[in-house]
Amino acid sequence: MPLIEIKNLTKTYVEGDTETTVLNGVSFEVEKGEFVAIMGPSGSGKSTLLHMIGLLDEPTSGEYKFDGKKGSSFDELAVSKLRNGKFGFIFQSFNLLPKTTVLENVKLPLLYSDVPRSEWDKKALAAIELVGLSHRINHESNELSGGEKQRVAIARALVNDPEIIFADEPTGNLDSKTGKIIMDFIQKLNDEEGHTVMLITHETVTAEHAKRIIRIKDGEIVSDEPVKNRRKATDEYEK
Amino acid sequence: MTFKEYLQTSVSALKRNRSRSVLTILGIVIGILSIILVMSLGKGAQELILSQFSGFGTKSVIVVPGRQFEGPSLKGVDSLKDRDLDSLRNKGNVPHGETVIPMVFGSDVASFESETFKVSVYGASVDLPKVFDIQAEEGSFYTDEDVKGSASVVLIGSKVNEELFPNGNSLGKRIKVKNRSFKVIGILPSKGASSLINFDDGVVMPYTTAQNYITGTKYFDRLLVDVDIEENLDQTVEDVTRTIRDNHNITDPEKDDFQIVNQADLLDTFGTVTTALTYFLVAVAAISLLVGGIGIMNIMLVSVTERTREIGLRKAVGATTRNILMQFLVESVVLTLVGGIVGIICGAVLSFIVYLIIHAMLPALGWKFIFPIGGAFLGIGVSSAIGLIFGVYPARQAAKKSPIEALRYE
Ligand SMILES: Nc1ncnc2c1ncn2[C@@H]1O[C@H](COP(=O)(O)OP(=O)(O)OP(=O)(O)O)[C@@H](O)[C@H]1O
Ligand SMILES: [Mg+2]
Repeated sequence: MPLIEIKNLTKTYVEGDTETTVLNGVSFEVEKGEFVAIMGPSGSGKSTLLHMIGLLDEPTSGEYKFDGKKGSSFDELAVSKLRNGKFGFIFQSFNLLPKTTVLENVKLPLLYSDVPRSEWDKKALAAIELVGLSHRINHESNELSGGEKQRVAIARALVNDPEIIFADEPTGNLDSKTGKIIMDFIQKLNDEEGHTVMLITHETVTAEHAKRIIRIKDGEIVSDEPVKNRRKATDEYEK
Repeated sequence: MTFKEYLQTSVSALKRNRSRSVLTILGIVIGILSIILVMSLGKGAQELILSQFSGFGTKSVIVVPGRQFEGPSLKGVDSLKDRDLDSLRNKGNVPHGETVIPMVFGSDVASFESETFKVSVYGASVDLPKVFDIQAEEGSFYTDEDVKGSASVVLIGSKVNEELFPNGNSLGKRIKVKNRSFKVIGILPSKGASSLINFDDGVVMPYTTAQNYITGTKYFDRLLVDVDIEENLDQTVEDVTRTIRDNHNITDPEKDDFQIVNQADLLDTFGTVTTALTYFLVAVAAISLLVGGIGIMNIMLVSVTERTREIGLRKAVGATTRNILMQFLVESVVLTLVGGIVGIICGAVLSFIVYLIIHAMLPALGWKFIFPIGGAFLGIGVSSAIGLIFGVYPARQAAKKSPIEALRYE
């Protein structure tokens, strides 16, 4: 059974008498352990698609199943639980809490989880160590570089050990070297930790770190194929 | 999430915006501060009035000559005569009257050698010290013999003593009042203004002496009837009224040529007036609290808009609508509660400063500092209620945000 199953998904925004169809009948499946890159020009509906898969947004029509269960069958509490425990979001613009330490930022999802308080520090520190920021735990978010911020965001996405990681242009705001470090993390999460990853990018180079690329244009899928020569971030930035 | 976690989240959010948080609670601080100040001063004033009466007894019935409602020139000011005094002293007429004190009021210039001073003259019977709780500090009071014989003796108030005898040694000297010489037989202690009658500026002499040599009249300005126990006050008012009406052949109460002033009633009236005044001022302060509450709502709404991204993020990592609602509600209650506590402290400090100023300027007043504990509880209750009431709307606005809308917000 695929982890994610979408069929004929559409999203239409109505503003006054103008209707904007952002997604127009999108269908695909994602298996557990896959690493999917979504590519497409700006405004093609990539973020909208990812938000719907991550249960941050609702489709106008079509079917969405997560782990075999219909998205429309989840109530508010179930949705919150999935966002909290199964999904980890990494945003293009980091979205860290301002004037808040690295540790507190990473702990944020734990606040809304069932994890006992006594384990919060341990879990958060482990996630921070994974992204190599142990020396920065008490720094406030605004004292960090862009790459460090994104690593904090990754640690935050990982802290509840999610089933699937959604990354919306995680390297978009970073220089190419830092971008590669981040891509290395994400690749390792997929290869070594077995997390399913869905990543948005509009750079082919970045997309080629994934195992499969879905291209969309004007709300429709134009191609969906595996990556032939997969890039390894480790080899690239260590050169 | 536990309440403690909400509290921690809220406090750290408020700390992140320290200066705005401080400005926000200012309205609440001022409102609660005013309530505490007004209540403290109101209670102080009430205490003051009570203490003025207490030198005088709440067991006294005062008979004042003259008709009610007859304009500025009171008619019948000569209505209380010796006969009334005698009848009131008769236990058959007023069974619960312990003592009856006739009083005569005058004022004139007193002099000793080259010193002069304008004094109030109080003529009274020997029972005066008992009812007014005033004893001669030096020397002694006059006797019944002095009263019978219209003896030319006086007790002088502390201020009179200072003014006429700058070098002291007043006891036994003779002062002149209205061209007559009076022997100083006693000096009264300084009582300040803490009694309705200001003995400090006055001289006290037998009422017969005052009638004969100062006022030249045959009537009394007051008759004070002291009741044995307070419970018999109302009965005594009735007895006194009936006795004097009989004496004056009055059948129609409308035609009374005297009035009865009842101490307890007066006290009640004063109490009611000061309480009403206090509550009125508290109500005024409450308006500033309302304004403070609207200020809180306003700032919380701004805060919700500003933190749209934060709210979106929290929802994206698993916060429920309820989590967000509670967080913002706790934030506004924490804000107002802190404002309330700061207001109580500032109010107490300010009341104490006012007390110090009054005490320094008018030490004789005997003003007391009173911390209104009820007001403090009221302040805490009201400020948290304001936080709740005015926090609900912004908190709902926050909770309503969809994560997507919030994360897209720039
Ligand atoms: N709330 C909304 N109301 C109306 N239109 C919207 C709304 N949200 C998004 N859109 C539109 O949907 C379209 C797709 O947006 P989306 O963010 O998914 O694009 P994208 O592919 O992620 O683009 P980018 O690469 O620039 O991030 C855009 O044209 C955008 O203007
Ligand atoms: Mg996008």
